Amino acid sequence: MLLEPRTHVPALARILAPLGAVAAALALCALLVAWAGAPVLRAYGLLLEGAVGSRFALTETLTRATPLILTGLAAAVAFRAKLWNIGAEGQLYMGALAAVALGGGLLDLPAWLLLPLVLLAGAAAGGVTLLGPAVLKVRFGVDEVVTTLLLNFVILLFVSMLLEGALKDPMGMGWPQSAPVLPEAELPKLLERTRLHAGLAIALVLALALWLIDARTVWGYENRAVGANPRAAAFAGISVTRVMLRTALLSGGLAGLAGAAEVTGLRGYLTLDLSPGFGYAGIVVAMLAQLHPVGAVGAAVFIAGLFVGADAMSRAMPVPNYIADVLVAASLLCMLVAGLLTRYRLRRG
Amino acid sequence: MTAVRPGMTEQAGGGPKRVLRLAGITKRFGPLLANDAISLDLHEGEVLALLGENGAGKTTLMNILFGHYMADEGYVEAFGRRLAPASPKAALAAGIGMVHQHFTLADNLSVLDNVVVGTESLWRPWSDRGAGRRRLLELGTRFGLKVDPDAQVASLSVGERQRVEILKALYRDARILILDEPTAVLTPQESAGLFETLRRLTADGLAVVFISHKMHEVFSASDTVAVLRGGRLVATRRTAETDRAELAELMVGRAVKPPTSAPMAAGEPVLALSGVTVRSEDGRALLDRLDLTILRHQVIGIAGVSGNGQAALAELVSGLVAPESGTVTLLNAPVEGADPAGMVRRGVARIPEDRHATGLVGGMAVWENLIAERYRDPAFSRFGVLRRGVARRHAEEVIRAFDVRGAGPDTRTQLLSGGNMQKLILGRTLAHGPHLILASQPTRGLDIGAVSYVHGRLLEARAAGAGVLLISEDLDEILALSDMLAVIHHGRLTPLMPRESVSIQQLGLLMAGQWEGVLDGAPHGARETVS
Amino acid sequence: MAEIFDLLVSAAFWTATLRIATPYILGTLGELVCERAGVLNLGIEGIMTLGAMAGWMAVYQGADLWTGVAVAALCGGLLGLLHAGLTVPLGLSQHVAGIGVTLLGTSLSYFVYRLVLPQASTPPTIEPFQPLPIPGLSDIPVLGPALFSQTALTYLALLLVGLVAYVLYRTPVGLALRMVGENPAAAEAQGLSVTGLRVGAVVAGSALMGLAGSFLTLSAFNAFFFNMVNGRGWICIALVVFASWQPGKALLGALLFAAFDAFQLRLQQITGGVLPYQLFLMLPYLLSILALVLMSRRAAYPRALMIPYRKGER
Repeated sequence: MLLEPRTHVPALARILAPLGAVAAALALCALLVAWAGAPVLRAYGLLLEGAVGSRFALTETLTRATPLILTGLAAAVAFRAKLWNIGAEGQLYMGALAAVALGGGLLDLPAWLLLPLVLLAGAAAGGVTLLGPAVLKVRFGVDEVVTTLLLNFVILLFVSMLLEGALKDPMGMGWPQSAPVLPEAELPKLLERTRLHAGLAIALVLALALWLIDARTVWGYENRAVGANPRAAAFAGISVTRVMLRTALLSGGLAGLAGAAEVTGLRGYLTLDLSPGFGYAGIVVAMLAQLHPVGAVGAAVFIAGLFVGADAMSRAMPVPNYIADVLVAASLLCMLVAGLLTRYRLRRG
Repeated sequence: MTAVRPGMTEQAGGGPKRVLRLAGITKRFGPLLANDAISLDLHEGEVLALLGENGAGKTTLMNILFGHYMADEGYVEAFGRRLAPASPKAALAAGIGMVHQHFTLADNLSVLDNVVVGTESLWRPWSDRGAGRRRLLELGTRFGLKVDPDAQVASLSVGERQRVEILKALYRDARILILDEPTAVLTPQESAGLFETLRRLTADGLAVVFISHKMHEVFSASDTVAVLRGGRLVATRRTAETDRAELAELMVGRAVKPPTSAPMAAGEPVLALSGVTVRSEDGRALLDRLDLTILRHQVIGIAGVSGNGQAALAELVSGLVAPESGTVTLLNAPVEGADPAGMVRRGVARIPEDRHATGLVGGMAVWENLIAERYRDPAFSRFGVLRRGVARRHAEEVIRAFDVRGAGPDTRTQLLSGGNMQKLILGRTLAHGPHLILASQPTRGLDIGAVSYVHGRLLEARAAGAGVLLISEDLDEILALSDMLAVIHHGRLTPLMPRESVSIQQLGLLMAGQWEGVLDGAPHGARETVS
Repeated sequence: MAEIFDLLVSAAFWTATLRIATPYILGTLGELVCERAGVLNLGIEGIMTLGAMAGWMAVYQGADLWTGVAVAALCGGLLGLLHAGLTVPLGLSQHVAGIGVTLLGTSLSYFVYRLVLPQASTPPTIEPFQPLPIPGLSDIPVLGPALFSQTALTYLALLLVGLVAYVLYRTPVGLALRMVGENPAAAEAQGLSVTGLRVGAVVAGSALMGLAGSFLTLSAFNAFFFNMVNGRGWICIALVVFASWQPGKALLGALLFAAFDAFQLRLQQITGGVLPYQLFLMLPYLLSILALVLMSRRAAYPRALMIPYRKGER
């Protein structure tokens, strides 16, 4: 069996690939649902209903999708330049940390100034966090996968330390949580009586902007060249180091912004369970989107829907809500194969 | 006619025994018909030269024979038995050994490891290294292929690595040996040594196929010659019964007139290197106090066995590395630091050694590759936004002007043939009237039409006033194009010598590092530069 | 200072060191086998999690301890087969496939655990492996109890170091495996099956990772917790680099690392809350990063690591 590169990849195949992958993942996980003793179709029906079946469900899904779009973009821009940032989870917490540190009363500014400042600080914190591993990669050849992964643990401990120390809310009744951010640092709600906040709008605008940058600008051109063939890019005169560091700032920044937006738009304060793995799920978002910024929006909504829907489903059926995590992982693996099939055809001999 | 030596098995019909038969081998790569119903026989004690231009299908045929590829049609028969297709293991078991053009050795392992791997049953609980070592040494003595079994392959010279490759085959009792372009990386003297080894092997009853596109090798080493052209076997001849003219016509099939380099008065200096030293990360001198001046209207050829500093010299002139000491002067102004984009701006056209790895971004479109060196130029981008329309039109022009076949501006470059890729690189780099051209192995792997196209373009640029630095492992190429040439060995460069003043033998000695005696007679006080 | 010295010569400290080191030894060995064949296995974290859950679950359901260990190794091998299938014949990105395997192994473990035990607020326990003093040897002062009164899985881990080293350097299959990790084309030209060897190495290595996971639930603790592996897999990957891909040095690295870990635990007790405990917990991860930085430059990594090999590709 040989793999032969296709000379032409139809646009339709690029859209069908993630759909096929998701269908395959759903089919595989049906075995688990059946094992749990639940009727498969009804379980998936409940999942769908729980994700998009009502105005409430839909807004919950979109709320959940907001950080996922941002971490998905973080992974997409990094992977495009072959910077394997697996540390979005940590960068997200650093962004959230910066947001509560600045927005929690340290600065007393009007909302039009404080909110952008807090969000920017979150992005900056995330970006700087990834800069370290990126510098180690370009300077010493240290594999960034392992360093970013390990940093996730360091950062969570660091956040835990601050939440029990310097940032601990004196009014928090002993819980390890930060003081809430000032009202001036809160992202406005998009819809009355829902949790949907302006973070979604920011994420959508960023997705569009990144798409334009990628396709139309010198920056995007450099990123793609470095990602596809760093040696050839360097030979042509593109500074691979500069592209890597710039990508690190951008990718980490997006993840940091995700954390800042969660704090200022949804939670109001920081706890250690701010993210149920948004950073890791972002990798799946990016892969399902085939690293396309606009595709990341769709993929993020899908994955958010899985999580929200699975919560609803597991309340009605004896299927643990971890089924959502399994579905996400299976989607990623199926997507890898589907992506391969769009680029290659299988051939005998 | 192959002489029947004593000890050889006679067949009923007289003549030596047939050991190998290729029957109707056909292989397609997508739309490309690489082998078209090729049938060939090989006999005991015979040396068969497989002659053909690059792209004629020689390597594909041998890869099918050895089981790297699966034939679409046809089969291979060794010693009267059909081989399982696409299985190097079956080929090895049938007594076929192959010496690949790009050696298949693990640098980090020892010679012995490389030779014995895969020869013992995998599930034996221990390996018998003592016996392996004895056998390797014994074979080395018998065939004059001395190597140190415990040396790391990384520390061996190119010639020694080839010996290890041959020993690998002999260790497995190969009776049929295939050598893919074995002389491409050797000095002329090493090539002669290789042919001597082949004679010892055939005297022992082995049959040898060697792939080549060089006529003189066919005559000095083969009994039979098979000529491939465009994927088809066009003729098989007894070497003794044919001549160069006939083979050349068979091989090319059409008259290709190689461009000739007319003498021309050199102009002012475009590039001057003075005492340049470049070190690797671990501190080895890749270039050692190099002096070199290139004038306008001049092609300077740098000959040498691969791995002697050619890559570092090319990187230096490309602007990828900066020298540790010494000065680089381009058009009378010093070059500071490593700045590839700066070199391009200052009129250096760079043709890299490896089209795929460094020349082009295979996954990107033709138009994107064509602006890779100048995308920040106001012609191609404004305020950080690419002018895609302009870039596409530019691509169309280059495709036309440089005769790039089978490509539009939006074609991914990895889909192009080697020759067309090289034309793209030429188009990217020569379209802007360069002062200096760095041509690093500019025709490696190209077919004869593409070779003469590239040579023609280089000579045109020379006539227009460019200085050309030609780095090549192909001596024929160096001799065909250069006005002056030098040999690089262990990072040191001989003084420049006029092309007519050196013989092939002298070049071979210089390439092997034997400068004493050869350079004594050279002009321009060569000795002091060399010592 | 005296306290620190006392600590370093105490048998309890070295006993703890070897215990802490065991999952690192097994995980590092597993990763090393994969990488020596040219495949980075970032599935390790998920494979260890699944090994920990599956081994424990088997014992909880009534199997004996050794059956639990075998189940863990088998589950590890199966996830390894998945990773190998994606990365070897299909040549997919080893980074992304590995992350996918980790996500799958982890989520599958949690799913199954919750499915079997829907509302266990305090995790149920099993009877784990007990220390197995080796008569005579365990009476040697300091060294005796440290080396010779461990549980069976620790002895097994030490044996496996020797076995892996022997196989890699002294057997035909070990040489073939190293060749595949250095230059797959060369291996193929010698009649070896690159796909077969790589898949085999990844499956075997992953089984070792499953074993590493089972040590956590069957020997170190007696229950399965969520987030129990807690980055140990990633640390193993750093240890492989630190060990320059050599089994002996991997053992040394795991011991050094564990000694440091045991040391910081005691230090935490000695300093008694002067410094936040999180600072101590961070140290292993920071130490791993430091080890990576120090070793990356001169690392003699397998030359074909992370490079997919597709037969007959031009």
